[in-house]
Amino acid sequence: MRKTGPGALFGTRGWSGVIAALVLICAVAPLLNLGVPKESIFHMSDFSVSLIGKIMCYAIVALAMDLIWGYTGILSLGHGLFFALGGYAFGMYLMRSIGLDGVYKSPLPDFMVFLDWKAYPWYWSFTDHFWYSLMLVVLVPGLLAFVFGYFAFRSRIKGVYFSIITQAMTFAFMLLFFRNDTGFGGNNGFTDFKRILDHPIFTPQMRMTLFVLSGLALVGTLLLGRWIVTSKLGRVLTAIRDAESRVMFSGYDPLWYKLFIWTLSAVLCGIAGALYVPQVGIINPGEMSPANSIEIAIWVAVGGRGTLVGAILGAFIVNGARSWFTVAFPEYWLFFLGAIFIAVTLFLPNGVVGLISQLRAQWRDRQGAKAA
Amino acid sequence: MTPIVEDEDQGTSGPAAVGGGRVVTEALDVTHGPILYLDDITVSFDGFKALNNLTLTVEAGELRCIIGPNGAGKTTMMDVITGKTRPDSGTAFFGQTIDLLRMTEPQIAHAGIGRKFQKPTVFEQHTVFENLELAMKTDKRVRASLRARLDSAQGDLIAATLEQIKLADAPDRAAGLLSHGQKQWLEIGMLLMQEPRLLLLDEPVAGMTDAETERTAELFNSLAGKHTLVVVEHDMDFVGAIARTVTVLHEGSVLAEGAMDAVQNDERVIEVYLGR
Amino acid sequence: MILVRLIRCVLVVFALVAAMPAAALSPEQIGKLVSEDPDVRIEALNAVAAGDDESAIGFLQALAEGNVQTSVSTKKIVIVVDGKGTDATTGKPVDALPGDLDEVVANNVFRRELAAAIATLQLSSKDRAVRLAAAKTLQDETESDRLPIVERAIGKESDAEIKGLLERVRANLQLNSKDKPVRLAAIVSLGSSVNPNTKTILLEILAKKGGEFAEPDADIRFAAQKSLAEVEGRLATGERIAQVFSGASLGSILLLAALGLAITYGLMGVINMAHGELIMIGAYTTYVVQNLVRANAPDLFNWYLLAAVPASFMVAAAVGMVLERGVIRFLYGRPLETLLATWGISLILIQAVRTIFGAQNVQVENPVWMSGGVELLSNVVLPWSRIVIIGFSAVVLLLVWLALTRTRLGLFVRGVTQNRAMASCLGVHTGRIDTWCFGLGSGIAGLAGCALSQIGNVGPDLGQGYIVDSFMVVVLGGVGQLAGTVYAAIGLGIVNKFLEGISGAVLAKITVLVFIIIFIQKRPQGMFALKGRFADA
Repeated sequence: MRKTGPGALFGTRGWSGVIAALVLICAVAPLLNLGVPKESIFHMSDFSVSLIGKIMCYAIVALAMDLIWGYTGILSLGHGLFFALGGYAFGMYLMRSIGLDGVYKSPLPDFMVFLDWKAYPWYWSFTDHFWYSLMLVVLVPGLLAFVFGYFAFRSRIKGVYFSIITQAMTFAFMLLFFRNDTGFGGNNGFTDFKRILDHPIFTPQMRMTLFVLSGLALVGTLLLGRWIVTSKLGRVLTAIRDAESRVMFSGYDPLWYKLFIWTLSAVLCGIAGALYVPQVGIINPGEMSPANSIEIAIWVAVGGRGTLVGAILGAFIVNGARSWFTVAFPEYWLFFLGAIFIAVTLFLPNGVVGLISQLRAQWRDRQGAKAA
Repeated sequence: MTPIVEDEDQGTSGPAAVGGGRVVTEALDVTHGPILYLDDITVSFDGFKALNNLTLTVEAGELRCIIGPNGAGKTTMMDVITGKTRPDSGTAFFGQTIDLLRMTEPQIAHAGIGRKFQKPTVFEQHTVFENLELAMKTDKRVRASLRARLDSAQGDLIAATLEQIKLADAPDRAAGLLSHGQKQWLEIGMLLMQEPRLLLLDEPVAGMTDAETERTAELFNSLAGKHTLVVVEHDMDFVGAIARTVTVLHEGSVLAEGAMDAVQNDERVIEVYLGR
Repeated sequence: MILVRLIRCVLVVFALVAAMPAAALSPEQIGKLVSEDPDVRIEALNAVAAGDDESAIGFLQALAEGNVQTSVSTKKIVIVVDGKGTDATTGKPVDALPGDLDEVVANNVFRRELAAAIATLQLSSKDRAVRLAAAKTLQDETESDRLPIVERAIGKESDAEIKGLLERVRANLQLNSKDKPVRLAAIVSLGSSVNPNTKTILLEILAKKGGEFAEPDADIRFAAQKSLAEVEGRLATGERIAQVFSGASLGSILLLAALGLAITYGLMGVINMAHGELIMIGAYTTYVVQNLVRANAPDLFNWYLLAAVPASFMVAAAVGMVLERGVIRFLYGRPLETLLATWGISLILIQAVRTIFGAQNVQVENPVWMSGGVELLSNVVLPWSRIVIIGFSAVVLLLVWLALTRTRLGLFVRGVTQNRAMASCLGVHTGRIDTWCFGLGSGIAGLAGCALSQIGNVGPDLGQGYIVDSFMVVVLGGVGQLAGTVYAAIGLGIVNKFLEGISGAVLAKITVLVFIIIFIQKRPQGMFALKGRFADA
């Protein structure tokens, strides 16, 4: 009789938006950064490239958070951990490709030489292979999320309880990674990267490559997310958010649904982390601090929970504001961030996207009233 | 979670091949008549016995009404049958072979028991149509959901159910915007989409207008026979309109059972209700 | 405290003794004691120590303090204190100090010998405190020549504690004897020591040097092994007591931090991520009160906590009530939103404190009466500050319990948390009760901050360190349960400290977190869960 399958991924406007984004990322940005001379007003500065590249990684994380929180109603305060683990996994490769160019001219990373270690610990095996470390980027966060999620969801931990134990999880990992003996560089983490696949890392070309890859990953994540939320699976997830017991008594086992979206979300964070680390040139346990994870939630809340575009928008708004504030008024940034947390929860439950559609509806009503 | 049993050879729980959310192919064994056996079930919360050696049998195709004062254990009994609460002791069987106490809620739902809650519980953010679609009997595992598409037979089924629950004119309305009575109907519609053998209905006409209540009574009467219905209700007129057999619960066990008239004239029942 | 006084007593006695003229020694003895030749000096010293002439102490003390000076021209030996001279041999004052006085320099070896000799002589003092101090000084002595004196002292000693100490000194000395049975007996008696140094002595006997045992005699090694095990066992007991104590003290801090949460989260269901910052505000209030008292009434500095405790309660409670009225009230029933909003509040509070007080830690000093500690065993000292905090937590816990069970506010709070609508119908201003209740929880957080300021650093990030821990306590203890909170806090504190002993602080913390995560699998509602129909409502 009517719609008989998942709705189309996007309408015409949505698709044109996606294509426009792809053109901007893959053609316009490289041209403006590498092709246009520095003096021209059309030149895109290196600073903008690395800032936007970074924020696009954050936007992937925001999308991942939106899938689990906005759509499924599970607030994770541990997504920073998956992001950091992805970063560390790829960071291991980057550390090994420094080769003998470290301060101590040793095949081991400087921090291991400093600790007087003679060989790589077992979990560093094979990390000098690019593809193997890419596999770790996906597997490590994914496996951790799967195991953690299996036990948490199986015992039906939900709501605030779940949020708190995810926070405890990332806190525990942060403590673990702060230890020198853990073998990931302790406080300082990984830094001083030199090259990826034999190409030097700090060149405009490499910066642009990473920028484009992050952009493609972001668009890919958006499409994947869109595919999921428009499918019946997406409707089940939203149903779990709104009335989990009804879902159960309708014959769905929420465990596997939650586990699927939770693990997928963690994997997406890991990928974002792996793209992020070579762009900023450092990864340390600070990324695992509970404060970082909770901030991810606010990106999504600012943009608008339960809308994928909102998550991306929120990541850009908050992180854009941060980079402006930390230059202009560094001491007021925390005041501002704190105020955002409060204002969004009190006054903007549907975020910026919700506000826009509300304003648009009002405007349309007024137009309608005038016409009548 | 109990591992998903693949098939057969599980002794008493043989056809418990109902895990994970796939479609049940195994037939429910009701050859000996009863579809639901509760035997000697006891549930206690911190010393308070919500169910006290409750024994209850429901025949296949029956429309059974359960009444009883507050705290008699009606809702707890439904929790036990649907797997929400595990009893301290006793046995609960669905048909001859399916051991309900060894299954999770989704498995029980799949085996063919549908439940309507006291407070109407529908997916408020979804449309009426989507609510029915989600409830429909089909493969309910993750991977299947990702690729699910409605075929025309399923579309027709949803359309028919929409007619049945008088919501054919509002398939695209968000369920949260429906009236209380409409939500009750939608929830009943969702149960029907599950094609259950046994329906447990907790106060289905609460908050309904008299006209709605009357229509609900008609609906239930038409369902009996094809399905088995267990209805918990306080509205005695409604019970009178649909009931063939009435069971009275009191303090967690069966106080009286029989035809409406007989039960209403039972001394003990009068005493419990009027507190004499 | 007692110990401090004791030591002070002993010092006074020393000073008196030192000022007395030292006529007891013969001029030859004194001459030898100031000799240039170290061997002569030590021999003379041992001879003096072997006697039991207490009056020799004065001169030895003066030697030890570097007050003895010699004049080459006049051959005089003078004790000079504050520019006034006393002739060492005659004990008479010297009016005109010779011009070429030269200090008798005591090297470290000699200084140590001197201390031992003084202590040996003091063993026959009439003052119990002096004898006790002397016996303690001799604990690490190994010079076997002292044996007869120590034996004599043991014979005369009536005080059990001093006698015990001396017996160990004797064993120590006997170890250096040439006689094998004496040494064996000594090793056996060392087994009853609680002095960590005995372990070192025994280990030395068992040590290997270049593949050979330092001690050639196998019997002695065997005995030493046995004694070592005993000593280690006893030391381990001491350490365990210390761990239990510091666990209890950590637990009491967790308890204070979590008690406020038990009210705001446990009873009211408000998840307040700014709870840690309320603790921080309590600590900063203590800091401000301390500074005010120091500036305006320095005499009362020792008692500034009397003002700081109520002040930190009131300030934190006031901040909490403002938060409840201004933000949290609008978010009841939406726990995840509350979580985010209160996190925002915590960021603002941290930055506000940074702006006002600076990002660095500030100094909060203990009052004098909280410094020092009680010495249980030689390796176990219980600091007063921690003892006071344990007591303080117990008092706060009692008051909270009384407030909740014996007051009208408590009655209303329980009523509102159980059935808001019904309480409202009965004329309870539920909104106002929420505010007061939140204020109470916040005030207790302030008290926790006040307590913390006495044993830890006070900085803007103080609260961040406690928020995860205190939520764990509440989660573990179960929502709405004061008793659960108490057990969980103390239990977590002790387990944490025990694990710290085994695996180090960070791994201990991680283990505890993992344990809690596993525990919640089994008991999602906490240790003292409510069961039944309302459990998951």
